[in-house]
Amino acid sequence: MSEPLSFESSRPNAPAPRLPASGVEGKARLDALPREMLRSRAPGLPRLSEPEIMRHYSRLASMNYSISEQFYPLGSCTMKYNPVANEAAAALPGFAGLHPYQPEETVQGALELMWRLEQALCAIVGVERVTLQPAAGAHGEWTALRMIKAYQHSKGEHRGEVLVPDSAHGTNPASAALSGFTVVEVSSGEDGRISLADLKSKLSSNTAALMLTNPNTLGLFERQILDIAELVHGAGAMLYYDGANLNAFMGICRPGDMGFDAVHMNLHKTFTTPHGGGGPGAGPVGVKAELVPFLPTPTVENSDGHYTLNHKRPQSIGRVRSFYGNFGMLVRAYTYIVAMGGDGLTQASRDAVLSANYLRVQVQDDLDMPHDGPCMHEFVASAQNLSHEGVKALDIAKALLDRDFYAPTIYFPLVVPEALMVEPTETESKATLDAFAKAIKEIVAEARTNPQKLHQEPRNLPVGRLDDVAAARKINTYLQGLSEDPILRWKAPS
Amino acid sequence: MADRRYTKSHEWIVVDGKTVTVGITDFAQSQLGDVVFLELPSPGRKLAEREAFGVVESVKAASDLYSPIAGKISAVNDRLSANPELVNSDPYGDGWILKVELAGELPSDLLDEAGYRKVTEAASH
Amino acid sequence: MPYLVHSPEDRAAMLAAIGVRSMDDLLVDIPTSLRIPKLDLSDGLSEFETMAHVTALAARNRLYPDRLTFRGGGVYRRFVPAAVAAVTSKPEFYTAYTPYQPEASQGTLQAIYEFQTLIAELTGLDVANASLYDGATAVAEAAMMARTHTDRTEVLVAGYLHPEYLEVLRAFGEGRGIKVRRGSDPGPKTAAVIFQQPDFLGLLVDAKALTEAAHGVGALAIACVDPISLAVLAPPGEYGADIAVGEGQQLGMHPSFGGPHVGFMACRRELVRRLPGRLVGSAHDAEGRRGFVLALAAREQHIRREKASSNICTNHSLCALAASVYMTYMGPDGMRQVAEVSFERAHVLAERLSALPGWELAFPERQFLSEFPIRVPNAPAVLRKLARKGILGGLNVQRWFRELKGVLTFTCTEVNDPMSIDELVQAVSA
Repeated sequence: MSEPLSFESSRPNAPAPRLPASGVEGKARLDALPREMLRSRAPGLPRLSEPEIMRHYSRLASMNYSISEQFYPLGSCTMKYNPVANEAAAALPGFAGLHPYQPEETVQGALELMWRLEQALCAIVGVERVTLQPAAGAHGEWTALRMIKAYQHSKGEHRGEVLVPDSAHGTNPASAALSGFTVVEVSSGEDGRISLADLKSKLSSNTAALMLTNPNTLGLFERQILDIAELVHGAGAMLYYDGANLNAFMGICRPGDMGFDAVHMNLHKTFTTPHGGGGPGAGPVGVKAELVPFLPTPTVENSDGHYTLNHKRPQSIGRVRSFYGNFGMLVRAYTYIVAMGGDGLTQASRDAVLSANYLRVQVQDDLDMPHDGPCMHEFVASAQNLSHEGVKALDIAKALLDRDFYAPTIYFPLVVPEALMVEPTETESKATLDAFAKAIKEIVAEARTNPQKLHQEPRNLPVGRLDDVAAARKINTYLQGLSEDPILRWKAPS
Repeated sequence: MADRRYTKSHEWIVVDGKTVTVGITDFAQSQLGDVVFLELPSPGRKLAEREAFGVVESVKAASDLYSPIAGKISAVNDRLSANPELVNSDPYGDGWILKVELAGELPSDLLDEAGYRKVTEAASH
Repeated sequence: MPYLVHSPEDRAAMLAAIGVRSMDDLLVDIPTSLRIPKLDLSDGLSEFETMAHVTALAARNRLYPDRLTFRGGGVYRRFVPAAVAAVTSKPEFYTAYTPYQPEASQGTLQAIYEFQTLIAELTGLDVANASLYDGATAVAEAAMMARTHTDRTEVLVAGYLHPEYLEVLRAFGEGRGIKVRRGSDPGPKTAAVIFQQPDFLGLLVDAKALTEAAHGVGALAIACVDPISLAVLAPPGEYGADIAVGEGQQLGMHPSFGGPHVGFMACRRELVRRLPGRLVGSAHDAEGRRGFVLALAAREQHIRREKASSNICTNHSLCALAASVYMTYMGPDGMRQVAEVSFERAHVLAERLSALPGWELAFPERQFLSEFPIRVPNAPAVLRKLARKGILGGLNVQRWFRELKGVLTFTCTEVNDPMSIDELVQAVSA
């Protein structure tokens, strides 16, 4: 199935929407503004009637996989069920209709929600305070590193390096560079966990922080985390927690207790806010006492049930975005936490770990398993065992799409070749997990008997594999001025 | 055939008097996949040995290009802006990247065919 | 417990299949000293109790009706067609993941491709990206593009840029060695001149002159623009700006206490490789069918890592979808009408307010569209009077700009019917 672009269906005489007339008689006229201040021609937006528009978007929607219909075993993404009650909560007019510059007395409910969410997150991860400002995970990472930098500067220290494991997500080094640090990679040991020997060799008085996720991107708990914390603190550096994998141990253990000084979280992973096709999310950051003065401004304060926004924060790193945070996402996450409670969140993590291990043993004879033994909430498999047949992780991913499953994360972490990172989460039934394992077995069998067929999958979707190389080359041609087809947008034929 | 030398970071050079031609190896281009873009410097720029002088991009990867030698860039293969795929199809011929006027001596740690083959075999494991 | 799926029997079966006795065998890597007995949080609630709790919190906020809201400052009340929510609440859109597997994400990818085209058309520039978090971070990202492109360190902010955007610009600039200065005199160290149109007070600036001043010293011109205003005002592409950024909240998003909204960014062809964030392009499959795919990914953090120009991973995809639906629903005529009606009503409001004793427009010689600054005799008292009548009055800008003593900015859009203007004027005259 295919659907033309709104621009392609546009008709010059399509009825325009009806809007009320201004109903006022004033002296000023828009067309009396100086000529060069006004548009010389109308923007080329499409002209379509409402029935055409609604059908257009419904047809587009039907060309999407989504968590509402398909299982998404995406490692490090925690694609768990998005509760519909959260949507109802965020849509309440008493939340959706609030202007950010309303007087504080008129938004006590909103401020209370933010304060309570902060308290709950502090309890879950074991920190002193949490900033809810960052709009996304990467945004939160950068915020945390800036706070660490400001703290160290306040003590007269200028440390220029941030250590990042070779298994880390790309945003980690990018955020470090954005904060003005040099990135130094620390290698993983044989067991996929960070190598303490390499860490020791790279720690110095110039190290500002070590960024770590726990469990790591292989789904393995860093057993030596207390030793790691001691080493890092011993060098005068701080320990930063990447919360991508927090779903592994809520109610079981807490990053704050492990020695992490700054704890980042993804509300769109662990706390069910929906992915929206790529955002919005939210990336709150929890901090220990030393970093509290540097939190972004404003913070939410509670004085005997009266809530205020505190803008008087002399040591704060300032503002990291406009207003107070992705409030609509904060409402969703808060609603989820209230519904689950401490007991529910704990059971969620336990089920996440259980499901991952169950799925791991179902497929451990079909794919390569780079690491033995139990995993936490996710595991990494490898398609290396199929390299003989010329079948790669990409082929397995596409074959899964054809069988009505979304694919796992592929080619990450970089330390495992032909990686497939699988995270089922706690909201998938055993039946779904069994069906997925069955699909893997079928695909592996096909790889052995008819690999050519796999290279041509997916076949059951609106499009097959797209030639992104040709697209990139055409973009290149456009960017050099050798063609007028931008590829990155529709353009009216001239 | 010209006497090609290699680096561990998968660049090759061919020396002709004072002019050194630089490119990336067949192994490098196969690892990258289809090359779609190269970010390259202008002629006249001076390079130090091991200095990163540009980037070669495919749809799924971006690799820095390191200069095997010190010298001044005398020419850049301008066919690569419109036809970056030459790096894939002819990495040692039409896919050459830079010509550099050598300053000083050639580095002593350049690899020959056999030495470079060991590097690629190790990398393939 | 809500949203959990396994029964005790399921759990037992899974443990058996794994070959372990209990969960503790799976958690064996966690040092005992770290294990906690329970979380310091109350237990979970039923959906009924949960919704009662959050509804009570929502009820503790005062909701000003759209028609009685005259406060802007970057977030505005607009008519949002029902079509927007109808589309963004489709689970296929809102529960979809980032479109890394394009074959299963054509809905999202095509919608974003349309968004990119809509923004490029509105701004008059060549290419737009798939969106950013908000207007503030979009300004910061544009400044970083200019820093890299020109290899200069100074960014000049001309005129009244939204003060929160300026704060965010400073915060981001620090790590990249960017020096932010307010002024109108670009020089050889200036990487970019940034201006807002209309500015934070609602006033129109001479965008062409500012652009030319920037180019005169080899700097980039970055225009932070109001998307509704672009229906009628000359867009950045027409006056030669290099990058256009802005806040897209007015294109179909509710105020929602400040977020989530959406930042947009478009630029000239020459700067496209420096764009941060996601980009969607068109491509074909083996059967010649057209589809859409994430493009130029080699710029991004998951490939370039510490060498990426930005660390941004997400785009505000669902908000960009809302904006697309809005712009498509309105079309060029609808958007023009929205801008015109807002213009007319705001000017009538300005006329009537400036006729009041002691009230005068702060910059009477300057033009505005639908937001304007006015000096009032006693700003706190004025706002209190209005609040008593259930009206959210103008924004007190003195809190950011000391030189603007007693100045409130009032906004008036298509949601403020003529009667609401009467009510406002009556309330302050009393």
